[in-house]
Amino acid sequence: MTAATQTPMLAARNLSCVRGTQTLFTDLSLQLDAGQWLYLQGENGAGKTSLLRILAGLALPAAGSVHWQAQPISNQRSEYHADMLYLGHHASLKEDLTLTENLRSLIAMDGLKVSDAAIQDALTRMGLAKRQHLPARVLSAGQKRRGLLVRLLLRPAKLWLLDEPFNALDANAIVDLQECLKAHLKDGGMIVLTSHQTPDLGSDTAGFVLSLSRGRA
Amino acid sequence: MINWFKFSAPSTFYPLAGKLIPIFWTLAALFAAVGLYIGFFVAPTDAQQGEGYRIIFIHVPASWMSMFIYCVMAFWALMGLTFQTRLSGMMSSALAPTGALFAFLSLWTGALWGKPMWGTWWVWDARLTSELILFFLYLGYMALHAAIDDPRRADRAGAVLSLVGVVNVPIIYFSVTWWNTLHQGASVSLTKSPSMASTMLWGMLLMALAFWAYTIAVALMRARSIMLEREGNTEWVKHLPDVKEAV
Amino acid sequence: MMLLSAYVAALRRDLLLVMRRKTEVLTALFFFVIVTTLLPLGIGPEPDLLRKIAPGAMWIAALLATLLGLQRLFAADHADGTLEQMALSPEPLSILVAGKITAHWLVCGLPLVLLAPVIGLQFDLPTDAIGVLMLSLLIGTPLLSLLGAIGAALTLGARGSALLVSLLVLPLYVPTLIFGAGAVESHIAGLGAAGHLYLLSALLVLAAAFAPWATTAALRISLE
Repeated sequence: MTAATQTPMLAARNLSCVRGTQTLFTDLSLQLDAGQWLYLQGENGAGKTSLLRILAGLALPAAGSVHWQAQPISNQRSEYHADMLYLGHHASLKEDLTLTENLRSLIAMDGLKVSDAAIQDALTRMGLAKRQHLPARVLSAGQKRRGLLVRLLLRPAKLWLLDEPFNALDANAIVDLQECLKAHLKDGGMIVLTSHQTPDLGSDTAGFVLSLSRGRA
Repeated sequence: MINWFKFSAPSTFYPLAGKLIPIFWTLAALFAAVGLYIGFFVAPTDAQQGEGYRIIFIHVPASWMSMFIYCVMAFWALMGLTFQTRLSGMMSSALAPTGALFAFLSLWTGALWGKPMWGTWWVWDARLTSELILFFLYLGYMALHAAIDDPRRADRAGAVLSLVGVVNVPIIYFSVTWWNTLHQGASVSLTKSPSMASTMLWGMLLMALAFWAYTIAVALMRARSIMLEREGNTEWVKHLPDVKEAV
Repeated sequence: MMLLSAYVAALRRDLLLVMRRKTEVLTALFFFVIVTTLLPLGIGPEPDLLRKIAPGAMWIAALLATLLGLQRLFAADHADGTLEQMALSPEPLSILVAGKITAHWLVCGLPLVLLAPVIGLQFDLPTDAIGVLMLSLLIGTPLLSLLGAIGAALTLGARGSALLVSLLVLPLYVPTLIFGAGAVESHIAGLGAAGHLYLLSALLVLAAAFAPWATTAALRISLE
């Protein structure tokens, strides 16, 4: 997939995934290095989310393994999780808590410390400053989505695994997010994302497309 | 040295199990015939309990088997969680109904025994009570397995439950015994038969062997059908002679 | 130090959530009170009989009240995706789980201990027996939360999980019930409750060591 380097940062070898009696993909290998991004393409049910969850270590592949810095992720869960941020299609926010409380608790459970000022700052950058004291249940879908994306600013991680990050976002927010993703790549970060629309992350970044269609990759 | 992992692949296990099943059915029938003959005709009539005691030849081996099968289930669960083999989960779920059956059989024969001996169907005896809770544990395992749609997840969740259960069974048994001594409800134990004659022991052992062979035969049959169900679209199943004929 | 802060974070978050939605806690408490009130109505008001069944009745009511809160222990976090984020935390999931279990006990278990004297009076229990009852509940209710968490984690995402939890967890509660209610009974019988309470504590230590670990394994399976 990418130019072969000695030890790629993220490497998946011969993955296969079975859902029920259906085989979604077999023998899928990929690797990703600093500053590169991978766009997973495919119809509904092709296994994009499943692949992302396998890369995150949430689901076990039926065969194959995922390696981070040449080590299987199952052997170094804590280290891998510290370097990786996965945002799924769930809001991942508690409806009864405010955005600030939500972010504070998520960060604290990650074992990190972030000042309230930093949270405030990140919320302002995502255009949520006025909403920060409202419980999450009164926010719109797009606002919740943005609230979740604030995690990208607050939680240091080299690898971002994003499931449909552009969903429910308006045009402005999409541009903001793309800028944010570009900045991450420029800093040597890596991104794997799924999306309905082809993301535009500029021509100066190294992007790859992986098309998943039934049974083949 | 036999490569056990080779046999754990369903494609090799399926035909092997097919060959073993008739052998174990035959063994089960033979042992049961001899065991029952000893139980009914050779073993002497008990001085205090009369002929009614003869149910011991079903009751005691059934209780042994129900406990033993739970341990075997937990063993397969551990193997499944450690080595991620598909066969382990299938074996665990194939064994559970038989284990539940033996637990039920043990309770039922216990009740049948209790009625003529103490004039009551149910005694809160430590062993009977533990057996009842073991029966509930089996039911819980089967209910959990049935409630999860994805078979691999069901296997793994069932595995954790059976391991938790196997740690708890001795604790439950101990606590029930403790409770029993405190309340002194039924101080007479069903299995404490006076002066066990050696013919009686032989009868029980043969019946235990019969149950054992039956368990293996039934579990293998069940495992085979689980395999066909789950791996129906794989190449090795399509090449099976019986499947080819059917198509 | 880091482990402790992650534990506190999970604990604090769950407590904060409970403060925002108090009715759920109060429902479980009210359930405990109403079940123990219905029992004398079904059995009859003779003080001797009530005194005899009080320990068992109150312990069974406590088991059922704990079960009520269990289904929500992980289900809500599972539904909104925060459980996924916890499973991906660099901190061990078992620490976060331990925090959540502690929160469950503080919310569902501890209030039962504090309510016990009032209910005990309804059953005409002598004062010293009420003391033993409170002590046995204090040791026993965390045990119920720990064991229950395993069942709650296993049934996550399964069909009919609410009923299934009871089927899986209640048999595991047998030793707790026996030693918990037994402590009070043997105290009333003049045999001393120490033996029962020691055994109950031993079970608590055992469960505290293994239950978060088993719960974590079950959660990872359920998240797949």
